[in-house]
Amino acid sequence: MNAVPFWAELVVSGLLVLSGLFVLIAALGFLRLPDFFTRMHPPALTYTFGSWTVALAGVLYFSKLEGRLALHPWLPVVLLSISVPVTTVLLARVALFRRRVAGAADTPPPLSQSDGS
Amino acid sequence: MTTLARLLPAPLTSVALLALWLVLARSVSLGQILLGLALALAVPILTKRLRPNRVRVRRPLVVVRFILTVGYDVLLSNFQIAWDVLRWRSRRPQSRFVVVPLELRDPLGLAALSMVTTVVPGTVWSEIALDRSALLLHVWDVADESDFIARFKHRYEKPLVEIFA
Amino acid sequence: MTSLLSVAVPFAIGCYALASVLVLVRLIRGPRAQDRVFALDLLYMHAMLVMLVLGIGHGSDVYFEAALLIALFGFVSSSAMAKFILRGEVIE
Repeated sequence: MNAVPFWAELVVSGLLVLSGLFVLIAALGFLRLPDFFTRMHPPALTYTFGSWTVALAGVLYFSKLEGRLALHPWLPVVLLSISVPVTTVLLARVALFRRRVAGAADTPPPLSQSDGS
Repeated sequence: MTTLARLLPAPLTSVALLALWLVLARSVSLGQILLGLALALAVPILTKRLRPNRVRVRRPLVVVRFILTVGYDVLLSNFQIAWDVLRWRSRRPQSRFVVVPLELRDPLGLAALSMVTTVVPGTVWSEIALDRSALLLHVWDVADESDFIARFKHRYEKPLVEIFA
Repeated sequence: MTSLLSVAVPFAIGCYALASVLVLVRLIRGPRAQDRVFALDLLYMHAMLVMLVLGIGHGSDVYFEAALLIALFGFVSSSAMAKFILRGEVIE
C-alpha cells in the first residue's frame, strides 16, 4: 500500500464532486421536463460525464494506491457504452410506438410504411 | 479462406478479449496471459455464427480522430445541457424531431452511429427507416434544422462511411 | 481515508442519494410505463456509481465487482422490460 500523494487526492476529490453535481442536475432535469423525449436527454449526463469522471477518479486513485497502472475501474464505462445505447434506443422505439397507437399529437409519422413493430 | 482466417475469425475481438481478461484479472503474469489467450482464441471461433459478416475497419487514423471528435462533443454538450436544465425557467430549448437523410448503409456503421447519438447528450436515436435511407432523431436544442443536419453528417456520418466503407 | 476524500466521498454519495429521490418521484408519478422503465434504469446507474465511489472511499477493489454486476443486471432488466411493453412478450 502506497500513500496517495496530495495532488492525486485533490484531483480525485474534484472529479467525484463534479460527478455528484452532474448526476444531480441530470436527475433534476429528468424530474422537471414535461415531455418524454425531452426527458430522455438529461440522463445521458449520468451515462457519460457522471460515470466517466468516477471511472477516471478510480483509475487515478487505485493506480497511486497500488503503485501500478490499474485500469479496471474503466471497465464499467466500457460495459455501459455497449449496453446503454441498446436500452435507450429500445425505449425510444417503445415511446414512439405507444404514442402513435394512442394517437398523440406532436408525434412524427413512421419513416417507412410497413413498420415492423 | 486461409487457415489463419479460420483460426482467428475476428482478430480485433480477440485482442479486446485478451485486454479485458488481463484488466479484469489485474495481473500480467504468465498464467493469466495463457488463460486470456485461450479465451481470446476460443470465444471468436465459438461465436462465429453470430457474426454473419466479417468486420473490416479501415483508416485507423480516422478512427482515432473520430473518437476524439466524439469525446470533445460529449464534454461540450454535457455542459450545455446541464446549463440548459438549470436555467429551464428563463429559457426553453427548442427540442424537436429531425429527420436526417443517411448515406451510411453498413449495419456496423449504423450501430456505431447509434452508439454515438446515445453517448452525445442532446441527440436521441428514435427510429430508422426500414431501407436505412433516413433516421429520426430527437434533438435537445436545434435552432436551424438544415444547419444541424449538415453538421451531423459532416462530424459523424462522413468518418463512419470512411471507416466502414 | 484522508481529510479531503472524507469530504468528497460523502458529498458524491449524498448527491447520488438526492438524485435517486428525484428519480423515484418520477418513477411514482409516471405518467406512462416507459417513464417508469427509464427511471428504474437510472436508479440502477446511481447504485452502480455509489458502488464505485464507495470502492474509492474504502480503498478496496471488492466494490468494483459489485458495480459491474449491477450495471449488467440493470441492462438485462431494463431491456427486458422495454421489450415487454413493446411487444407484450420478452422471448418470442
